[in-house]
Amino acid sequence: MADLEALRSRALDELAAACDDAGLAAWRSAYLGRQGAVIQVLRRLGELPAEERRVLGAGANALRDALEAAFKERKTEVERAAAAALEAGGIDVTLPGRRGLVGRLHPITQTERDMLAALGAMGFQVAEGPEVEWEYYNFDALRIPEHHPARDTMDTFWFDYRRDGRRSMLLRTHTSPNQIRFMEAHQPPVRVAVPGRAYRYEATDATHEWMLHQVEILAVDEGISMRNLKATLTQFAQALFGRDRPVRFRCDFFPFVEPGAEIAIQCGLCGGAGCRSCGNEGWLEIGGAGMVHREIIENVGYDADRYTGFAAGFGVARVAMLRHGIDDIRHFFSNDLRFLRQF
Amino acid sequence: MLVSLKWLSEYVPLTLPPRELAERLTLAGVKVERIISRGDEWEGISVARVLQVAPHPNADRLRLVTVDLAGPAQPTVVCGAPNVAVGQKVAFAPTGARIRDGHTGEWTVLKAAQIRGVDSAGMVLSEMELGLSENHQEILELAEDAPVGQPLRDYLGDTLFELEVTPNRPDHLSMLGVAWEVAAQTRVKVQEPDRIYAEAATTSAAQRTSVTIEDKDLCARYLAGIVERVKMGPSPQWLQERLRAAGMRPINNVVDITNYVMLETGQPLHAFDFRKLGGGRIVVRRARAGERVRTLDDVDRELTPETLVIADANKPVAIAGVMGGAEAEVSPATTIILLESANFDPISVRATSAALGLRTEASARFEKGLHPELAAAAARRAMKLLVEIAGGRAAKGLVDAYPKKRPDTRVVVTRRRIEQVLGVDLSTTQVRSALSDLGFGCRWVPPDRFVVRAPYWRTDVNMADDVVEELARVTGYDRIEPAPLAGAVPAPSVDPVEDLRDRLRDAAVAAGLQEVITYPLTTPEVLQAVAPPEALEAHPPLRLENPMSSEQSVMRTSLRASLLQTLAANLRRERGPVALFEAARVYLSRPEDLPEEREVVVGVVGGVRAGRWGEPTDERLDFFDAKGLLEEVLLRAGADVEFRAGEDYGLLRGRTALLFAGEEQAGVLGQVHPRVAARFDLDGAVLLFEVDVACLLPALRPVAAHRPLSRFPAVTQDIALLVDETVPAARVTQAIASSALVAEARLFDVYEGPPLPAGKRSLAYAVHFQSLERTLTDAEVADARRRLVRRLEHELGAELRGSLA
Repeated sequence: MADLEALRSRALDELAAACDDAGLAAWRSAYLGRQGAVIQVLRRLGELPAEERRVLGAGANALRDALEAAFKERKTEVERAAAAALEAGGIDVTLPGRRGLVGRLHPITQTERDMLAALGAMGFQVAEGPEVEWEYYNFDALRIPEHHPARDTMDTFWFDYRRDGRRSMLLRTHTSPNQIRFMEAHQPPVRVAVPGRAYRYEATDATHEWMLHQVEILAVDEGISMRNLKATLTQFAQALFGRDRPVRFRCDFFPFVEPGAEIAIQCGLCGGAGCRSCGNEGWLEIGGAGMVHREIIENVGYDADRYTGFAAGFGVARVAMLRHGIDDIRHFFSNDLRFLRQF
Repeated sequence: MLVSLKWLSEYVPLTLPPRELAERLTLAGVKVERIISRGDEWEGISVARVLQVAPHPNADRLRLVTVDLAGPAQPTVVCGAPNVAVGQKVAFAPTGARIRDGHTGEWTVLKAAQIRGVDSAGMVLSEMELGLSENHQEILELAEDAPVGQPLRDYLGDTLFELEVTPNRPDHLSMLGVAWEVAAQTRVKVQEPDRIYAEAATTSAAQRTSVTIEDKDLCARYLAGIVERVKMGPSPQWLQERLRAAGMRPINNVVDITNYVMLETGQPLHAFDFRKLGGGRIVVRRARAGERVRTLDDVDRELTPETLVIADANKPVAIAGVMGGAEAEVSPATTIILLESANFDPISVRATSAALGLRTEASARFEKGLHPELAAAAARRAMKLLVEIAGGRAAKGLVDAYPKKRPDTRVVVTRRRIEQVLGVDLSTTQVRSALSDLGFGCRWVPPDRFVVRAPYWRTDVNMADDVVEELARVTGYDRIEPAPLAGAVPAPSVDPVEDLRDRLRDAAVAAGLQEVITYPLTTPEVLQAVAPPEALEAHPPLRLENPMSSEQSVMRTSLRASLLQTLAANLRRERGPVALFEAARVYLSRPEDLPEEREVVVGVVGGVRAGRWGEPTDERLDFFDAKGLLEEVLLRAGADVEFRAGEDYGLLRGRTALLFAGEEQAGVLGQVHPRVAARFDLDGAVLLFEVDVACLLPALRPVAAHRPLSRFPAVTQDIALLVDETVPAARVTQAIASSALVAEARLFDVYEGPPLPAGKRSLAYAVHFQSLERTLTDAEVADARRRLVRRLEHELGAELRGSLA
């Protein structure tokens, strides 16, 4: 029994000295484990006379229970102390996190995606087309024959290729040629969005770039009228500029539509009263539109008495500039990370 | 086109405030780009009469001018203008008024000043000082009947609309055309100008001259009028003011009248000095080879047989529809005028004007397409003014060469079509009143048809839908009720290449690469730096005929150069890691066809690793940083590729991996050769990867197939292998991973050097043995490991270095 008392006092002393998980585990294995001191005592019981065995057995079991209880208590203490130590040594949570590289889509891509998503929600599918085009698709098929004044608004990069002595290959000046290609390849109903790059022979300044991204829309079916044009494009513009943003349609001219329209949103700064940012007009032009010209419907082989349609075109940079308040279009393709990281 | 509202009100009553009128016109397609209020700045400035002009005591070029302001004060001011004279009506500014500084162009307050010792309490103003033009040399002379003492704003103030004119509307380049728009928008009537004039009883134009049109395809009509006893001189002030308001400079009465009538009607006119026309007649013909003409801008121009000219009996005297010649120009000595009012082919005028690089007020109108009828109306109007203003006597009649009369444009429009296009059913009354307000004729043929006649100034209206647009814009686009698209939505179709490209974009961004967008035009030299000669030979870069600069002359056949340029530009500013990518097309030329436009993704990685605080360290990003990014991109995009050692143009041998999708190469990853990097002003390690999107398609797992997870414990053993350094690690990994009972093999150490023999290296793997069916016994694991080692010895010549466990 004296042995047991000595064991108890040694065990409790050592337990008090254990102050972390590893120390507790070592203590437990030393005293309560399968090879532990208490088990050793119990194993030796068989060698003792019956009376002694009973007394010592009861004492050993009591010691085991006591040590178990002491262990539990000490473990709780140690855990508390550890948590308290962590809390006492708190960190500055506003220090920067460990961060890898952060990549972003180019603002033009982001805007184009938003535009296509708004159209996708209305059932428009996406069709891309070639950037290097024939003069026919870029101009003639869209009712812009050679020497038409409308070509003035689309100064063109021509390639030095000649067909029958004539230049005929160019960088498309708009994404509209793909309307023709799409209609040539598909029967109505047509509901398609054409995103992509276009190019104009134009000096670059704060509002002009020679490379531009456009999103073009085309819907052709029976029963499509200006009413559908207005509803679709209003929904589109409001998806980009806000649910309550007033949208205005005014008459404008594009050779491939009749009637033609310009789409504008109310200036967000002045609410339509006119200010510097909207050139005192109160409205900001965001794109052109119109009912697909009857001759184009006929030329692609559709029945023009049966089918009507509308088309619209938007400059992606224009939309991005208006949404983000970007003052200079040249930022987009300068690819300065200080600019690109803002979006 | 600048439209003076004062002038416009001669043709149509203006019933709306300017801003509201501008808004209505803009909505209807006549875009008022700017409203200019002329005269708001003229506070305190008034009409004065010059009473006295005296020499300045101290300066030869200055004079002392005393003016009458219809009040008690008669101020005397110093004036330097050579044209000041007693009796003139002028604009006078007292001190305190705001004027535009003659030198700086800034508006400033006029202060009392001493000029060469003489007090000057005000100023007689030039056009520049009033903000009317840049003319600062002469004072502005007002009309004789200008009321002395009246505020100048009341007398000369005006509101101008600056119009943006669409290419289809030549009529918007005329006051009358705009008047018709105002009429339709405000429901008022247009007052056409007077075209009746007195003619000589005896001499007829036909006796004096003749007109021969040789090239009838390019000239539909030519009217010639003869005015004799013309008194050349300055135009009356009112006419000069009109021209100035429209932004034109007055020249002399005859030229001013032709310009005035052009601005009024939209028909360009020309006046010849009749005596200078050889043979006294007009021939309209194509130029002959070698012919030349000196135009009014004093440039001697060589003509080609494509150019239509106005010739006399011998030689060209004008370029038809573009510019007159200097030889038959009117001069102060002119007494007989031949007035030209003609109709030229728009395409021919445009081609000529483009070929000569000569855009004029005349060509801008002709190229939009005018009606021959307009020529007659304008001719009579100009004749009337020549008689009344230039004091001439009109010969009887006009010579009218009009080989084939152009019929009126008649268009049939059905109510059904109106409803089909606009979605609105307009009443017969609405249709008729909208059209007649615009000057159209309209006959209702029940039950469904309108027969519409377009007025001669509306050459843009040729078919039913053109009339539909007229109805829409007069009734107002805002009155069309929006309605969502109904009808079937076409089945969606996705282009696999475009779809993968977009997924690669997202994957690249998620991996930490920044997207850039660069120009596709570059130079052959730049391409040569990144593309092998054989590739450039197979697909010679498409070359522009009219590049904007020599830096942008060909279409790129590789994105690499653009990305390296962009990386270099950013590394000049950035201190830290930079990883950029672009997803764009390259243009591979094909004989006699459009180029193949292939979607390519190129990434570039450079700079130094960031430290704990994001601060730059000394450690440069290396091949495996780039490979890690690329692997992440491909994993996210769902593409399984194999990296094999290889070579590629412009990349360092030994630091280049080719990407294989099955047996097809889909891309490349490598360190840019220092020589190439230096070409783009880059130093240090620069890594680049390139993926051909279409070639990557076969590597795509369409839908990831689920593999079951084992419920039983894995036994992990570390195995170190000594292998020949020529054996790629990927092969060893592949061999281990594909062995029996191996669930996963992870390389955790690579070592070469002593004590290992030369040419050998050690690869250490943590190998997980695991079964889907049961817990493996020690014996099973030992057996699997033995088989694995034997296989590695056999297949790869590997040697077990001993267990590290």
